[in-house]
Amino acid sequence: MPLNYFLVLAAFLFCTGAYGVMARRNAVLVLMSIELMLNAVNLNLVAFSTHLQNVSGQVFALFVITIAAAEVGIGLAIVLLIYRNLRSPDLDQVEQLKG
Amino acid sequence: MWAQEVAFWIIAVAMAGAAIGVVRSSNVVHAALFLVVVFAGSAAQYILLLAEFVAWVQVLIYIGAIVVLFLFGIMLTRAPMREESGKLDNNQRLASGVVALFLFGVLTMFLVDAFHGDDVKFKDSLVTMGSTANIGNSIFHDYVIPFEVVSMLLLAALVGAVALARRD
Repeated sequence: MPLNYFLVLAAFLFCTGAYGVMARRNAVLVLMSIELMLNAVNLNLVAFSTHLQNVSGQVFALFVITIAAAEVGIGLAIVLLIYRNLRSPDLDQVEQLKG
Repeated sequence: MWAQEVAFWIIAVAMAGAAIGVVRSSNVVHAALFLVVVFAGSAAQYILLLAEFVAWVQVLIYIGAIVVLFLFGIMLTRAPMREESGKLDNNQRLASGVVALFLFGVLTMFLVDAFHGDDVKFKDSLVTMGSTANIGNSIFHDYVIPFEVVSMLLLAALVGAVALARRD
């Protein structure tokens, strides 16, 4: 089975996530798009781990999953803080630093 | 071998469609449910790649924990549950689409160029490689220090999330 199948699928997921990060206004949806990108990276790591017959890729995928969990926890706390202060979860309302 | 390819294509089409659903859906809860489909598809691909332990960790943490966190986030920020087209996106949709398509084209071109002859060969030894015992050995022999660092990171994230979100 060609390795490229998995790599191109992961590239597609990554680009979809990148589109979501750029085009979404709602902060929760931006975080979801970031998760899509992290998931694409995991797919790459596991595909290369199987291809090269080396377990390190799978261990790294586990670390990425852990860090994604931590990142979502912190990210949602920040989103909650934005919502509490601005009464809106929209990211283009966050403009206090604009001159 | 062809059974694996058929399975790959079915899962891949479902994942691609659901990924587009995540970024294009006009309902936040639907986007979270599409995200579940993407994560479950990833877990199925890991099973196809004989990475059994990672697949179950994916199901437990991504589908079990992260999506639930997202649903809590949606409820706590009182995101519109009704269909409200345009409210969830900003006005850079066209430019973002162009950038994402360009990135996908460039990535695909280079990937096909670099790995066009490489095949994933499924052997019996790969099943023991992806097993829980072997991954546990690898984490606690070769990756003990990263493992401890990750535990510190999780602790810091826990404290940080509490410090950020609590009301004084």
